[in-house]
Amino acid sequence: MAQNLVGASETNQTGATNAGAETPDQPFGGLQPSRLIPGFGETPDTAVSPLADIPGLLVDEPAPDNPTVFEVGALNVFYGEFRAVRDVTMSVREREITSFIGPSGCGKSTVLRCFNRMNDLVAGARVEGKLEYFGVDLYSERVNPVEVRRRIGMVFQKPNPFPKSIFDNVAYGPKIAGTKKKSDLEDIVERSLRQAALWDEVKDRLNSSALGMSGGQQQRLCIARAMAVDPEVILMDEPCSALDPIATARIEDLMRQLKDDYTILIVTHNMQQAARVSDATAFFSTEESAAGDRRSGVLVEFDRTDKIFSVPSDERTENYITGRFG
Amino acid sequence: MTDIASTSDSLLSAGGSHARADRIFRLGALASGLVVLIILGLIVVSTSIDAWPAFSELGTDYFFGTTWSPSEGLFGILPLVFGTIVVSAIATVLAVPVSVGIALFVTEVSTKRVGSAVNLTVDLLAAVPSVVFGLWGFYQLVPVFQPVLNSIAGLVSGIPVLRSIFGQSSGVGFMTAGTVLALMITPIVTSVSREVFMTVPHNDRLGALALGATRWEMITGVVLPHSSAGLTGAVLLGLGRAMGETVAVALLIGASPHISANLFGRGEAMPSQIFRSLSEASGTFRASLFGLGVCLFFITVLINMVARRVVAVADRRLKGA
Repeated sequence: MAQNLVGASETNQTGATNAGAETPDQPFGGLQPSRLIPGFGETPDTAVSPLADIPGLLVDEPAPDNPTVFEVGALNVFYGEFRAVRDVTMSVREREITSFIGPSGCGKSTVLRCFNRMNDLVAGARVEGKLEYFGVDLYSERVNPVEVRRRIGMVFQKPNPFPKSIFDNVAYGPKIAGTKKKSDLEDIVERSLRQAALWDEVKDRLNSSALGMSGGQQQRLCIARAMAVDPEVILMDEPCSALDPIATARIEDLMRQLKDDYTILIVTHNMQQAARVSDATAFFSTEESAAGDRRSGVLVEFDRTDKIFSVPSDERTENYITGRFG
Repeated sequence: MTDIASTSDSLLSAGGSHARADRIFRLGALASGLVVLIILGLIVVSTSIDAWPAFSELGTDYFFGTTWSPSEGLFGILPLVFGTIVVSAIATVLAVPVSVGIALFVTEVSTKRVGSAVNLTVDLLAAVPSVVFGLWGFYQLVPVFQPVLNSIAGLVSGIPVLRSIFGQSSGVGFMTAGTVLALMITPIVTSVSREVFMTVPHNDRLGALALGATRWEMITGVVLPHSSAGLTGAVLLGLGRAMGETVAVALLIGASPHISANLFGRGEAMPSQIFRSLSEASGTFRASLFGLGVCLFFITVLINMVARRVVAVADRRLKGA
């Protein structure tokens, strides 16, 4: 098992070069879905790819050939007898941002928590179907969930820094993973805080409590904390829902930068956010469960983000993103 | 027009009666608060008046005397203070790890059903009357305990410092009383620890687990640091209860007021001495016993103040600048 996962991380590295060369930074290959969503497409022309002016490269839909990180097939999640989400099928590609959108109760967070086996911690939760991580079945009995969570980090809806110093927050993960030396930890902390665009703000008060920071800083600290264990994937569960627009914009900038090194899955309530930052989008919706008494979730459509927001193939998706539902 | 007038009328009258109710409530609450304060003050004053002859006649001999021997007219309370502190310290040291362990089991490990069964058992332990613990300890525990303590004493008899701490035992003594006392304070320490652990935000636990922490790493990294202030409170609450416990200690400590390093030996504590002697005491002896009560009160107040301080400092460190 461990060897499989190590092998996987090598694939990860090879994939990096491909991804950097062929994923254009221009969103949606010229398609302008802004007719559907006000404010869409305004932000991300900060870093134009050096390849952007090569003719013919940025065609309508550049076929993404980044390696697949997660292969999900017919995934169902149950709480006891109740099927909370059904029929999730998608493949998540490396060094991309994949967003989950949909109305409340559609199960997008539940599905996200399957990817690092956080649902194990909910009594009665059960997962059926295929969820492979670089070809390894994450729910195989031989997989150690603790190791899974070390490789697949998570950032939560509400910033949840530990009641420790800023330094100790970031150093917590590496410490439990076995890094002992003070100087190593210092390096990791600085690198992670720089990656999370927080270093300059906190470098003079690393020893003060993390609980004294602003909400946006706390969330970036949590991102730094997640990156400190050097994960391969970062899951974000509505990371901006507790933040103001300025802090949100910073987190989104950060996500675009992190995309160079990490595969990111993000659940968001905010459609514009999904459209702004993500490469692929999964739209979940709710439906009456078989018994008819509770609402459960279903994956309606999974596609490239530009497609979802311009020419969705399912009517429910179109209704949702045009604001007619949800 | 009339509508507006009647509305404003009802507004005014409602406001009036509400304000009156509010005022009555405030006075009532204030009175309840004051009653407690007044009763506490009266207890301190009247006990101090009864104790005054001992304080004034004996002076420093009372507070710093190392011999408590009423038959010789010697009333130095230090042996009793020593006994109280040693017994409650033993009880706290034994009870806290077990209580924290139970609380962690219930909050972090067990299923709901097992957890509530454990909670019920611990709560039942709290319902056992003190005197029953004393009787059980005296008739059941002492015969079992004595050979165990003596064999430990035999094991360390060649080791200089340990030899004097773990000496010969007659069955009753500091260790026996402290052990039973540990059982008695376990429920309170457990339930306070449990409450404290339950206040740790679920999100913080998830945060640690999402970083690849095992359950144990999550507990040491998140749950315990979060709970340090509350646990201090739990420990000191248990210590306070142990110091005031009377009947069970009186039956098990050995009624021998002296200062000795031997934790297995006999001793005497402040409340048990009061309980034992008050009915037959008079004059200075009686005043000395009241004095013990006053001193015990001030020691517990002192511990409480220290506890509050510790909790406040820990809290401030937790919350940051």
